[in-house]
Amino acid sequence: MDLVTPDIGLIFWTTVSFGILYFILAKFAWKPILGAVNEREQSIKDALSAAEKAKDEMENLKSDNEKILNEAKLQRELLLKEAREIKSKIISDAENEATEKANKLIESAKTAIENEKSAAMKELKHTVVDLSLNIAEKLLSKELENKEKQLENIQEILDKTKLN
Amino acid sequence: MLLRFSGIFTLIFFTLFSANIFANPAGNSDDNKEFDVNEMIMHHIKDAHEFHIMDIDGHAVSFPLPIILWTDNGLVTFLSSKFNHDDSGKVVVDINGQFFVKYHEKIFYADNANGDKYISYDETGNVANKKPLDLSITKMVFSMFLSMLLLVLIFVATAKTYSKSRKGEPTGLGKFTEPLILFIKDEVALPMIGEKHYQRYMPFLLTLFFFIWINNVMGLIPFFPFSANLSGNIAFTFVLAAITFIITTVVANKDYWKHIFWMPGIPVPMKLFLAPIEFLGIFIKPISLMIRLFANISAGHIIILSLISLIFIFKSIWLAPASLFFSVFISLIEVLVVAIQAYIFTMLSALYIGSAIEEHEH
Repeated sequence: MDLVTPDIGLIFWTTVSFGILYFILAKFAWKPILGAVNEREQSIKDALSAAEKAKDEMENLKSDNEKILNEAKLQRELLLKEAREIKSKIISDAENEATEKANKLIESAKTAIENEKSAAMKELKHTVVDLSLNIAEKLLSKELENKEKQLENIQEILDKTKLN
Repeated sequence: MLLRFSGIFTLIFFTLFSANIFANPAGNSDDNKEFDVNEMIMHHIKDAHEFHIMDIDGHAVSFPLPIILWTDNGLVTFLSSKFNHDDSGKVVVDINGQFFVKYHEKIFYADNANGDKYISYDETGNVANKKPLDLSITKMVFSMFLSMLLLVLIFVATAKTYSKSRKGEPTGLGKFTEPLILFIKDEVALPMIGEKHYQRYMPFLLTLFFFIWINNVMGLIPFFPFSANLSGNIAFTFVLAAITFIITTVVANKDYWKHIFWMPGIPVPMKLFLAPIEFLGIFIKPISLMIRLFANISAGHIIILSLISLIFIFKSIWLAPASLFFSVFISLIEVLVVAIQAYIFTMLSALYIGSAIEEHEH
């Protein structure tokens, strides 16, 4: 029975001791220790969330990059297409112009030739007229030397030259 | 490292403990007396007014402790050495006209009526003398002060190591003590009390755990200035359990009381039936705390002492190896048990506090 009867003295001292111990340890040990532990845990948590955020940002950047890349690709495609169109247009334009010019040249050459030709013809006609006149002059002068002959000739010429 | 330490520790344990027991019967005035195992064990696990270290040639060598009495005439203090190691009420100490005797580690007013016998008994054989209020610094109180000193030294030193570290990481002693602190935080306080309130009770739980544990361990170390069976003393466990009880009762919210006196969610007859049971539970919980620690630690001491005593019971030195082997074995288990008991006490205290402030959702 002695063993299970709490002793007043010991109860008193245990209460006092525990109270004192609690206040000393709470103030000088648990507060700084738990403070340091909590602070550390907080900083670890912060670091982790910061890392997570950085990862997310990286992910965003990556997707942004991809978007930009895709856009660039599209733009390139567009530019290339445009360039090709322009090229073909230039080529066809040039072709058209060339043919047009060639045609014009041919046309003008043709008219020039025509003009030259008609001029040549005119000159030829003149020369032929002159020549015939000269011949006629000479013949006339000669023919007129004898009358019969002249008449005969004139008759001959008149016969030969059909009037129309 | 731990293994080597416990090896040395057990070696010291048994050399000293055995010496103590060998010497103890010789310390009694009657050398022919049969060795009383029960008395020896009870003497070891109970409190004392002086710290017995050993006996040399039949003379007790002990550390005298102050005796503090609140008597009819006020405060009286003197050293326990005045009793001259007497524990049978034969030596009277006279302080300013008041006479005291010590009988079975209790201080009585000396009864002068019976001539040279200072102790008188009533019909049932109990001591009839009047007792002053005994607030002495006994062996256990001394041990408790020592444990407080050690705890303050250890943990204030731990706290200081954090100021040396740059990022709040533990250095030096903190590397050893921080895992223990984190254990109480993560395995006891957080799951039992919950994220919201646990920080408020951390200082209490930490103080409780380390106070019990260090006193348990000090009780296992068998030589001066340790070996006091403080945590196996009912007064000690009573106070700690009472503190838990008071905290639980004071901080308890409405839900807690409602769950005790008018349990929601069950029919009225069951409510009426459960209320007295739950009401008793308020007291049974701390009482179970008190008895569990007291019984476990005392039992550990009793088993080890009994195993050692086998040698004296059988009066054969040849039994010593077996006796020692089992004592070592039990001692190793005890090292584990004292840590577990400190943990259980803390864990259950946290659980009771947690259940008192728990917020129910219904």
